[in-house]
Formats: sequence, structure tokens, C-alpha cells
Amino acid sequence: MRTLSFAAIAVVLLALLAVPFVPQLIYSVFVMKMLCFVLFACAFNLLLGHTGILSFGHAAFFGTGAYVTGILVKEYGVPTDLGILAGGLVAAALGTIIGALAIHRSGIYLAMITLALSQLVFFFFLQAPFTGAEDGLQRIPRGTFLGVIDLRNDTALYYVVLGIVGAGLWLVWRTVNSPFGNVLRAIREHEPRAISLGYPVARYKVLVFTISAGLAGIAGSLKAIVFQLAALYDVHWHTSGDVILMTLLGGMNTVFGPAVGAALVSALNHYLDPFGAWVTVIIGLVFMTCVLTFRQGVVGQLNQWFSSRRAPIPSAKGQPRSHAHQQ
Amino acid sequence: MPAKNSLKTLMVSSAVVSLGGLASGMASADYSDDVVRIGVLTDMSGIYTDLSGEAAVEAVRMAVEDFGGEVNGVPIEVIYGDHRNRADTGASRAREWYDSEGVDMINDLSNSGVALAVAAVADEQQRHAISNSASNIGLTNDYCSPYVTHYTYDAYSLAHGTGKSIVEDGGDTWFFLTVDFAFGIGLEEQVSNVVREAGGQVVGAARHPLDTTDFSSYALQAQASGAEIIGIASTGADAINAINALAEFGVTPDQRPAALLLWYDDIVSLGLETAQGLLLTNAFYWDANEETREFSQRFHERTGRMPNMAQAGNYSSTMHYLNAVEAAGTDDADAVSEQMRQIEINDFFASGGYIRPNGRMVHDQYLWEVKSPDESEYDYDFLRLVKTIPGEEAFQPLEASTCHLLDND
Amino acid sequence: MDIFGIPIQALLGQLMLGIVNGSFYAVLSLGLAIIFGVLKIVNFAHGAFFMLGAFAAFLLAQYMGASYWLTLFIAPLAVAVFGMLFEFLFLRRLYGLDPIYGLLLTFSLVLVLEGGFRVAFGSSGQPFATPEQLRGTINLGFMILPIYRGFVIVSALTLCLATWFIIERTSLGASLRAATERSELTQAFGINVPRLITLTYGVGVGLAAFAGVLAAPIFHVNPSMGSSLVIIIFAVVVIGGLGSIMGAIVTGLGLGVVEGFTRVFYSEFSSTIVFLVMVLVLLLRPAGLFGREEG
Repeated sequence: MRTLSFAAIAVVLLALLAVPFVPQLIYSVFVMKMLCFVLFACAFNLLLGHTGILSFGHAAFFGTGAYVTGILVKEYGVPTDLGILAGGLVAAALGTIIGALAIHRSGIYLAMITLALSQLVFFFFLQAPFTGAEDGLQRIPRGTFLGVIDLRNDTALYYVVLGIVGAGLWLVWRTVNSPFGNVLRAIREHEPRAISLGYPVARYKVLVFTISAGLAGIAGSLKAIVFQLAALYDVHWHTSGDVILMTLLGGMNTVFGPAVGAALVSALNHYLDPFGAWVTVIIGLVFMTCVLTFRQGVVGQLNQWFSSRRAPIPSAKGQPRSHAHQQ
Repeated sequence: MPAKNSLKTLMVSSAVVSLGGLASGMASADYSDDVVRIGVLTDMSGIYTDLSGEAAVEAVRMAVEDFGGEVNGVPIEVIYGDHRNRADTGASRAREWYDSEGVDMINDLSNSGVALAVAAVADEQQRHAISNSASNIGLTNDYCSPYVTHYTYDAYSLAHGTGKSIVEDGGDTWFFLTVDFAFGIGLEEQVSNVVREAGGQVVGAARHPLDTTDFSSYALQAQASGAEIIGIASTGADAINAINALAEFGVTPDQRPAALLLWYDDIVSLGLETAQGLLLTNAFYWDANEETREFSQRFHERTGRMPNMAQAGNYSSTMHYLNAVEAAGTDDADAVSEQMRQIEINDFFASGGYIRPNGRMVHDQYLWEVKSPDESEYDYDFLRLVKTIPGEEAFQPLEASTCHLLDND
Repeated sequence: MDIFGIPIQALLGQLMLGIVNGSFYAVLSLGLAIIFGVLKIVNFAHGAFFMLGAFAAFLLAQYMGASYWLTLFIAPLAVAVFGMLFEFLFLRRLYGLDPIYGLLLTFSLVLVLEGGFRVAFGSSGQPFATPEQLRGTINLGFMILPIYRGFVIVSALTLCLATWFIIERTSLGASLRAATERSELTQAFGINVPRLITLTYGVGVGLAAFAGVLAAPIFHVNPSMGSSLVIIIFAVVVIGGLGSIMGAIVTGLGLGVVEGFTRVFYSEFSSTIVFLVMVLVLLLRPAGLFGREEG
């Protein structure tokens, strides 16, 4: 199981490193966009999959990252690297605030509070004079990374994005597989018990909210730099919905399942153009099939499949959950 | 991941993707990849599908066929894509097309956010982009480029067409129902200026969020304002709902609504009963003259709908681009750009039209009035011409443009 | 007399319009609340069923020449049957799982329905005439009200109260409430719980479609007419208190009024105000205005 996962990750990594060399196969800017959503979805899943918190307002963090970076780099001439960092930090701060307000409730109520707060954030960006409303914040210069790498070159930018997303994913992985991550899982499985064990559950929840929001913000910042624009759609509740979808499609009980989901959704959106007006219907049918047939997501299902082949013991339905965290 | 490519090639009807043929072709041949490739980037699946969508692709295809399918012996190819009304999706598709699929010109670009983003990519990649269905005048101002053409209409022509004509005819107190978006606010400001300059008065405005369904409250506000003219600075469903509510509450016909961006298709879905008497500026109407009728009938046979101004513009601008490519003898963007700005446009869409250095295509605009159900004699008989607005008056004066290609400062 | 610079007469007019708008919210949120109460599923497709109702009315009128009164009954019924089919074939496979899967499935249905209608009927929508008998306006003294809007209030509220009565005061309602609380026990009493659930979904969906038919003459009939409505309706139900039938009705009306006044004082904020209210309510009264505190 372990070796298999490592092998899979190594293959994906090699393929990703090779992308700029095969422009006739796949377009690197498209892969960059996909990577942004991969980070976004994995960050989001820190809450949904690993802590059991459904946030229906994650676009607020994604979009805030994009706008903050865009404004700093375009209007104030802040270097790109610092702009991205600032995007992540501001999103994280927003995450602390929204998290602190939301965690007093649970389940659907929590989801609705995050939705409502993100709608207020949306309203702010709609009204703010510097965002250009529906025209978007356009022509954000890409600038240089650490003062040496010229990001106007797509290939250079690609490796920078790959590096940052890689670092972000590593952070997600570390968080999940740390004592902190264990407590999060304890909260997910049985919150009252975690409280009675003396864990400061509220503080843990706010912390994971902050990390998740910060990484989502970085994902948004990167997207703003890649496309040189930040748009209202980035803060729209549709984007909050998209990330839930990606996570579920990939498998919320795994660390990197959401990454696969994000790649899948981006690819669907990218490659279905020939179907013209039918594209929405087709995407809808694909999602429907997924939720009805492999509910644990693509990666969750694969995990279950492999583990049931390895261990002939009949695996119970809930089992993949416990396996997933070791990968 | 990379295995998904069979679909991608589907898009290119006759895939001639030669590996190194991207930049190397310049010196040896006059046409990159030995093909002139046109990409139609439009909304295929969202709220603007009727305004552009598949019919826009069809219009471009018609132009290519009418041109003969090839320029100086080099085949012309049309591909299409869906920007989903997201600026980033549009920008990424455009970049991919220019960068690795050898697209020479991108047409349509509905949605202002998408159009601005693609214009930026076109400028950077030095390839052509022509917007027919977006209204943002930034395209010929701050975001102008030698490779970007704004063809059919823009917010300025709408404001000055409808606004000025109405004030001159005596409608000098205005109330605005404005969508709270950059587009709506910009339109409101422009028309307000026009009204004030002409000695009229703006008595108030209500700014509603996008996708408002219930306009009753605004109808009352408009009524209470006592303004003679209700300027509707929104488009699509918002404008339709607003016009419906005004009629329902009896605001009209005592106070007259002026739609600042109403599409032909919006009138179809409003129905003449409600829409009658509306004033609107459009660059094209199918039933204007013999030539427009001839084109529109052919278009109708292929798409089942009459062309709106953007779709007619899609055809005309593609034709103009191809004429420029033919005259230049190359698809090199700079040479084509030069020809596009030299050749005069004379077809069913425009007479004596020309493209300014900032990319603005200047041609006459028309103020129309929607007929009443009794006046409408046959299918699609919707509009009556009120006034022709000469191109020079309809569009922003060149000296007012902030385009960096001009030395205005 | 003026309040904040606006004549009181105008405010009365806005109050009236708020109630009209709130009537739509009431019918829609009632349907959503019933579905959530019994199925424990967040029906994301509620806005799409609203759209379906309007289109069904349009199609019946256009192609079968049905009168408005007939469509007012047939269209919701037809959409309800479609909804029950969807529940029977797909939705029921997700019971007992995390509600997020129901959300995802109904969201996919939205994509299919909205996309499909856009392919079939275009994006710019269809005209729908107000029925002959309900045209014109009446003068209420403080405002001129279109008769049709008055009809909306009356029919919507009648339907809401009838639904409330059936659920809270009849034996059918009693078994429904029993099935919600103790599904297995109710089954043991010989009540066919799965069928009851299918029926409930049908009723909820039918309510949404009814609102759609009501909306057809005054709001523009187009494939995306319900898409931005759905999260507002969510908010209404949550503010009212999940599971509270009366809460959904009263909150729907109330928020219609609040939204109406926002349109006068700070119009740009009118589609966001409901979310501000929701944040405040949830922070101060966690179970919503009419909900019971969770155990």
C-alpha cells in the first residue's frame, strides 16, 4: 500500500516535471491552473475530510488571496513573491476571523455561517473601487520571483508554481500526519470525547481554519499571477461549491484525493468544449454518476480496491477511512 | 492526465499541428503553419449563449465560406471554445490557442471581463483579437493594442446613441435603473453626462444587484421620481425583468423606458406586447435593407434565428480580417493590422466603416423603436428605424481616447 | 410624514411589495424546509424545480393551449412527479449518509436541468402573458397594485397555510412527523415510510414548481431564473429554524419585507442583506428564530 502510493506520487511528480517539455501534449498554463485548484482543494479538505467541518465559503479565502496579491503587485509594485505571501497571510487572517465566528456551530449551521460571511466578503469586493467589479482586476504584472527568475516566461513560472503548490501540499500532508492532525481526527470522530480529554478543541478548530484559509489564499494568489487577473468569480459562492465538488469527487477521506478531484474537474471543464452547449449537462451527468457509484471518491475507491485485494479479510464499508491516513 | 488529448484534436477540424511550425514558418512562408486559423471564443453554455454562442461560430463559418475557404491558396480554419463567462478561462484558452495551436485571430469575446483579459493576451502574444459582443470601452482606451479591434458597438455608442437622441427630442428628466456592476454604473455615468450637457436633468437612480428578479420596488421608485425617461442600464434578464415590472405597475407608457443595452434577442423574449415603444440603439437590424435581409435569411436558414448585431458583426469582422490578410499577403499580425486599419469596410453591416488607430471600428449606429403588436406584420418584424447616428458622433472622439498608441497627452 | 426622507405612503407601498416578494420566498422555503425535515437532504435543486415549474407552465400554454388556471394545477403536479421519480431512482440511495452527498447529487441535477433547458430553449428566455382576468391594477390608496401581485399573495399564503395544516393537524401529517423522528418505529406500525418519503419530496418539489408558475407572468422565464434564488432560500430556512414549518413561512415573508426596504435605503446591498441577517441570527439564536435548540 505504502510503496504503491509512493510509486504513484513519484510517477505523477515526474509527469508534472516533464509538462513544459511536451507542449504538444498538454499546455503548461492549463496545468498551472489545475495546480492552483489542487492546492485549493487539498487545503479545503483539511477542514472537510480531516476535521469534519463543512465550509461553504472557501471562495472568500481563495478570492481574497487573488485580489490582495493582484492589488499589491499591480498598484503598489510589491515584488511577486511577497505579494503571494501577503495574499496567503491576509486570507489566513480572514480565516481566523471567519473560523472563530463559525466554529461555535456545527454541521449545516456552520456551513451556512461560512456561506453568509463569504457573501459579505463578495459584497465587499464587488463594491470596492479597486477590483473593477465584473471587469476584474486586469493586467497584473507577473514580475520576477526572488528577484532573479523572470516569471513572464511560462516555463519558469510553471516551475515556481509547481514548487509553491508542492510546498503547500507538503504542509497539508505534514499537518494531517502530525499529533495536531491526530487531534483533528479525534474531533471529527467524536468531539465531546476530544473535549473531555482536555484538548482545547475550539482553538484547534480555529487554527486549522487559519491554515486552510491561508493555503487557499496562496492558491488564489498563484492563480492571479498565472492569469494576471483576479475576478469576481474567484470570490463567488460558485467557487465555494466547485471546491466541495472537487474534494468529494477525489475522495474526502484521503490526503491527496482532492488533488485528483481538482485535476478531474479542471480537465472536464477544459476538454469538453467541443460539445458546445451540452457541456453543462455532461458535467452534471458525470458528477451524478460519481456520487451514485463511487461515493468515496476516485482515490477513496482505489484505496478500497487495493486494500481489499491485499487483505483478503472482507473489508467493511467504513474501512477505507482508517486506511487512507497512512498513505 | 495527458491521455485526454483525443478530445482536444476533435476541436481542430483538420488538425495540421506541425511540431516546429510555430515561429519558424515566418521567414520561409508567408502564412504561419500554412493555414489561417480563426478561433471563436464565446459563451457556448451560459447566459449569453443566445447573444453569441453557436450562432456566433456559425456566422464566422459563413464568412469563411463566402470568402472562398482560403486566402491566397492557404486554407482557413475555424475552431471554437467556451469561456464560461470567466475571465481566467477565457484568458487561458486564448493563450493556449495563440501559443500552441497557431490561432491567428480570436473573434466574438462576449462578456467584458473576458474581452479585457483576452485583449491583454493578444497584445502580449501579438495576435489579433476582435470583440463584437462586449461593451467595455477600455478595449480602445487603457487596454488598447494594435492587435485588438472593437467592432460592433461599445458603451459609449450606446450612451450617446440612445441618450443624446432622446434628450434632443425633449426627454430631459431621467431616472436610472442601473445594475450594480461596472458596466451598468459606467453606462449610467455616460448617459448622465450626455443628458446634463444637453441641458437635461438626472433626478435619481436606483442601483440593483445583478440577477434581481423582483423589480417592483424599483418600478415604484421610478414612478415616484416623476422622470420622463427611465434609463435602463442593464442587459439580458435584468433589463427584461425591469421592463416587465415598469409595464406591470403602469409606469409606462406615461414615463418612457429607454433601454441602454437591449439585444434583439431580448425583444424576442420580452414579446412586443410589453416591449412596444422601447427605444434602443443597435448597430444592426436584420430588416434594415435588402442587403441585411439577404444575409439574415441565409443566417436564419443555418441557425434558425435572426442575427443580432454581434452575430452580424462576427461575420463582417471576419470578412474584414480575411480581406486584410489577403491584401497583406501574409498572416503576420503587424502587416494584417496595418491593412485592417487601411481598408474601408463596405458590406451589409457597415458602409464607409473604418478602424481607428486605437482599434475602434467606426460606423453608423441606429436608434430603433420597438413596434406594437399591431404594427408588426410578419415574423421577426420588430423594429422601426427612428434615426441614424453617424459613426463620428456615435463613438468616442479619438482625441478623448486614453490609448497609448495615440499621442493625445 | 417622512421616515428617513421617504414619505410614509411610499414606505407602505414598499411594505406591500415586500410581502409579495416574501410570498415567493415563503412557498419556496416551505418546500425546502419540508424536504430537509423529512429527508435530511439539502435540496440544492430547489431553484431548478422552480424554473421547471415556470417552464412547464410556459410549455403547457404554448403547445397545448392550456389556460393559466389549468397550468397552475398541472405544472406543479408534473414537476412533482418528476421529482418523485428522481427521489425513487437516485436520491434514496443516499439516505443515511453524510447530507453532503445529497447536496452534491441535487447540485448535479441543477447542472443537467439548467444546461438541458438552455440547449432546448436558449438562454434569453420566453415571454409569458399575465392571465386575462388578473390584468390591470387596483388603487389601494397608498399605491397602485397590479391585481396579479395581489393574487400572488393570496394564493401563496393559502397554499402555505394549507400545507402547514396538513402537516401539523392531520393524521397524514402525524405519521409524517413520526417518520421524521423515529423512522423504524413508524415502519413497525405498518406505515410505508419509503413511500411517505417519496411523497414528501414530491410535495416539496411541487411547492417550488407552484412558485415557478406564479412567477412566470412577472419574472422572466429563463433557464437560470432559479440559480441565484437557491442560496437565499437556504438562508431563509436556516433563519427560520431547520425543521420549523411555520418558521419557514413567517421568515420568508419577513425577509421579503426586509429585502424590500433595503431596496429603498441601500439598494446595492439588497441581495446580501439576507446573509447578514443569517449571521446575526445564527450567532444570537443558534437554532434559528423558530427552531428548537438542539439537544
